[in-house]
Amino acid sequence: MSPGHYVALAVILFVIGAVGVLIRRNALVIFMCIELMLNAVNLAFVAFARMHGQLDGQVVAFFVMVVAAAEVVVGLAILMAIFRARRSASVDDANLLKY
Amino acid sequence: MVLAASSAESTTTAVVFWVLAIVSVGAALGMILSPRAVHCAVLLAVVMLSLAILYLTAGAPFLAAVQIIVYTGAVLMLFLFVLMIVGVSAVDSLRETIRGQRLWAGLAAIALLALLTLTVGHAAIGPAAPAGLRYGAGNVKGIAVLIFTRYFFPFEVTSALLITAALGAMVLAHRERLSPKPTQRELSRLRIAGEHPTPLPGPGTYARHNAVDFPALLPDGTPAALSVSPIISGRPGAREAVSEALREAAGALPASPAGSPGPVAPAGDGTGSNGQEEPPS
Repeated sequence: MSPGHYVALAVILFVIGAVGVLIRRNALVIFMCIELMLNAVNLAFVAFARMHGQLDGQVVAFFVMVVAAAEVVVGLAILMAIFRARRSASVDDANLLKY
Repeated sequence: MVLAASSAESTTTAVVFWVLAIVSVGAALGMILSPRAVHCAVLLAVVMLSLAILYLTAGAPFLAAVQIIVYTGAVLMLFLFVLMIVGVSAVDSLRETIRGQRLWAGLAAIALLALLTLTVGHAAIGPAAPAGLRYGAGNVKGIAVLIFTRYFFPFEVTSALLITAALGAMVLAHRERLSPKPTQRELSRLRIAGEHPTPLPGPGTYARHNAVDFPALLPDGTPAALSVSPIISGRPGAREAVSEALREAAGALPASPAGSPGPVAPAGDGTGSNGQEEPPS
């Protein structure tokens, strides 16, 4: 399989994740879709690392994983704080700044 | 495993790739379409595991291990923990609250797909580089050399990021106690003053089944609704079990004498049975 196949799969997964962010209401599911997009980008990094014969892409993918883990920790803590205050995980209900 | 090392191995890699591509795309589609958040998490696990195997076939065994340990092991478990706190039963309504949102989201997705496809199609994505040692046994060593030489500073900054994230999570998840913690004496006073000093009846006692969704029978044959946890009795199937128990009780036993207590109304929070009951308001 050429790296192009992997990049094509990464593109498809990224678009699916973007659609999920756009159409879902549950903040947790939106978070999962963001994780899906990060995973897709990682796949592209790995494919490009394979294409160039260098390991730099894999190192960058590793850093992406670290940042994603930190992001999930803080994001889920924010989500729990919002859930405590609003009793809801829907993004429609967090509208205090709207009016 | 390397790409296109030999014809037989490249066939195997191709089969693995296509199977995993279909599985991961299907799981990703199911993830954004399934209304329950738990199903979404499980389908995301499927995507991440197939991506881990794809990393293996693309010559990144270290990243495959990290993917399974960090993403499937840690991140998804964190998602599931928060899901348990926020509420598993919460079904995300797929009804759109903004008119035309689905349509515009679909159009934006098609535009994004077209843009990415054109970009990737125009990019010169060549064939895979000849497989070297760095994609097999020397992968971990090669990544370690890179991390500790060329990417040393980003690696150190990562530690600051992780500490900040841990602190932030602790600050955000911390909750100040607004009322003093009730002592054991106060709890027992509340319990005696409340409606049920004794523990709540267990489900299924004296009934024909002892399933947790089957109410216990009172001495006069009427089902005790208090014996079923409100979390269970709120589910769609449990109501049928309760009504079935009512029918069974009505058919198997003579009519209860007048003046006997009817079915006990379920408490507001019947889950805590030992001294944790809320005071009657």
